[in-house]
Amino acid sequence: MLETIWVLLWGLLWAIYFMLDGFDLGLGTLRPFIARNDTESRIIYNVMGPFWDGNEVWLITAGGVTFAAFPTTYAVMFSTLYAPLLLILFGLIIRAVSFEFRGQLDSPGWRKIWDSCLFVGSFVPALLFGVAFANIFQGIPFDDKGVFHGTLFTLLNPYGILGGVLFVLLFLLHGSLWLAVKSEGRLCDRAAALSSKLWAVLLVVAVVFLVHTWFATPLYKNYLSRPLLFVIPLAMVVALLITRLFIAKKAWWTAWFASCLTIVGATLFGVVGLYPNLYPSSLNPAFSLTAFNSASSPLTLKIMLVVALIFVPIVILYQGWVYYLFKDKVTLEHLESDDAY
Amino acid sequence: MDVVFLSRLQFAVATMFHFLFVPLTLGLSILVAIMESIYVKTDDEEYKRMAKFWGKIFLINFAVGIVTGITLEFQFGTNWAGYSKYVGDVFGSLLAIEATVAFFLESTFIAIWVFGWNKVSPKLHVACIWLVAIAATMSAYWILVANSWMQHPVGYAIRNGRAELVDFLAVITQPFAILTYLHVTFAGYIVAGFFVMGVSAYHILRKSNVSFFSKSFRIALIFALIFSIGEVIVGDFHGKVMGKTQPVKLAAVESQWETAKGVPFSMLLIPDEANERNSLEMFQIPKFMSWLVYEHWDAEIMGLKEWPKEDRPPVTLTFWSFRLMVGLGFLFALLTVIGWFKRNKLETVRWYLRIMVYAIPLPYLAAELGWMVTEVGRQPWIVYNVMRTADAVSPIPASHVAVSLAAFVMLYSLLGFIAFALIVRVARQGPPDLPAGLPARRGG
Repeated sequence: MLETIWVLLWGLLWAIYFMLDGFDLGLGTLRPFIARNDTESRIIYNVMGPFWDGNEVWLITAGGVTFAAFPTTYAVMFSTLYAPLLLILFGLIIRAVSFEFRGQLDSPGWRKIWDSCLFVGSFVPALLFGVAFANIFQGIPFDDKGVFHGTLFTLLNPYGILGGVLFVLLFLLHGSLWLAVKSEGRLCDRAAALSSKLWAVLLVVAVVFLVHTWFATPLYKNYLSRPLLFVIPLAMVVALLITRLFIAKKAWWTAWFASCLTIVGATLFGVVGLYPNLYPSSLNPAFSLTAFNSASSPLTLKIMLVVALIFVPIVILYQGWVYYLFKDKVTLEHLESDDAY
Repeated sequence: MDVVFLSRLQFAVATMFHFLFVPLTLGLSILVAIMESIYVKTDDEEYKRMAKFWGKIFLINFAVGIVTGITLEFQFGTNWAGYSKYVGDVFGSLLAIEATVAFFLESTFIAIWVFGWNKVSPKLHVACIWLVAIAATMSAYWILVANSWMQHPVGYAIRNGRAELVDFLAVITQPFAILTYLHVTFAGYIVAGFFVMGVSAYHILRKSNVSFFSKSFRIALIFALIFSIGEVIVGDFHGKVMGKTQPVKLAAVESQWETAKGVPFSMLLIPDEANERNSLEMFQIPKFMSWLVYEHWDAEIMGLKEWPKEDRPPVTLTFWSFRLMVGLGFLFALLTVIGWFKRNKLETVRWYLRIMVYAIPLPYLAAELGWMVTEVGRQPWIVYNVMRTADAVSPIPASHVAVSLAAFVMLYSLLGFIAFALIVRVARQGPPDLPAGLPARRGG
């Protein structure tokens, strides 16, 4: 029971991470294609300004909770996904410093360096998170000693790449909607126009992914045995459809919320489908790491549950306050203040 | 080179680089909070400029500290899978709690501090930087509790083939952890104090913004004075507890080969590790070592030869790191005491100001040396007397680690160089000039 609660919490933490940092990663990837000059670039940086750091902590927490609640899964997952995880890490490092470093020197060449870092540091993690999760859904070739039998290219199989593309598109749409929420004028119009195009591509890829999942993974087993669970993928699809509706109505906040729901739905669809597995082995199901064979002791799980139940709501409250505080559009006037990026 | 060695090297690179930024974050957040508090209380705009100027440096430093911290959390899984599996039940929860209670607070409220100067009231604004400072200190607490558990594991039992938590309170309240926490946070406060004093001294020497930098200097001086003296006391306690909990580390830091009673302290000593002796022991204070560790002139100190060679840490490195760190610790106390007597005539004591400019890197060095003592001195154990470092490594090819290590070294060198250059640039520039005609006091 305790283990199952922790799987749900674990899934929820990843879902919140993708929902929040997703728009940063998407926007960082979009910037070269949407900003026409330095002012617009700066608006994009400031649109993410007060949020990206707090968003990224959800990843640290998701990682930390994997370590605390399912140490064996943490150990095997992180060591078998060595190459992609370090690439994600390097990406996140150069992305984060881009925010801080870009405005320090007034030189186009300098800004160009950090703009490229923001792009690479957003695109690579977005893609590789998708590749990694899709591969987890279909199973990773590791043995009972936790030794990985493959290379980075083993992970770049068609289904893995499809997962990567799906994540990138989810985040691109999410980012374009956030830019529409937080900017005005032509930049907002461009973000809006782009979001409806991205939506159409995402819809196709999402459908292909859901169908491919049927053939490539055992994810639907749980859903077929408990049809009520279909509510999750259904909610995801409905949220995605609703997103388009609000894009048409130019209701950016609501469209962005619907996009949040889509991302949460997609993540939970995977986690619930995996259960009781957390990290299945494709070599032999007996090697798979589950909520039960990789969990911490009941005492640790209980202590962590108390901590999570107290602090996660508090975090959500004050982070929510920050979103409320900085809900207004970033304007040219904002850029003139010396506090802006 | 084998995977254990490469993984250790990678962890050392990642940790030591990370710890170039952490101490300044710990201390400077508090100093900026103090400066802004004075501004809110007195309405004196100069203190607002002060908070903003030092805050600008703080932010560059903070950014690199944050991103390099994520590396450490990842590495326990990527490179130390054996460790993570075996002790994750105890160790993992401490990291997760750190993220949940401290990192969120830190990263969220720093954003309000940066972007919220005109969004929230001055009181709320200063509260934000205090929350950042508190969060940084809390985060230090949890990570040092985790590290202390590796030095002195308590509150666990070996069950189901791993270390399982049995007494959470024992883990988070053990004296060794509290002392480590004080020792490390004080080190951070000293780093920040000396940093602010050094940069201020640079400007006072050049007669630029003398009032601004004299005030900055004095705030940092009081801060550094308290914690430099505090550090000598805490360090002494910490050393004594280490002597009891990790006797082999104590023998290594003192290069004590034979078990003996009434051990003298040699002011000058050179270890000869290969021949299991010291090649030089000079200027001895009789029985002083025994007294330092046990407060008893005839106390027995166990020598390194009590342990088989494979259970001893590298002696030379541990010994010199410790000696140098302790020496520097006393130097910081001395320099801040001198500063205290010269505090009201700083401009006239140019020799002191010059020393303080060159002293900026020394507390960093002391902090890094401290970690060398702690971590190298714990070898060959990853968890003292419970798990060997060699058993803790991930089952991955050495070539993978070699490649990632090379990537880390390259990326971190670049990052370190850029951050260093940017911080120096901002520090040299000094605060922006006041716009002409603007009253120095708000509403004044």
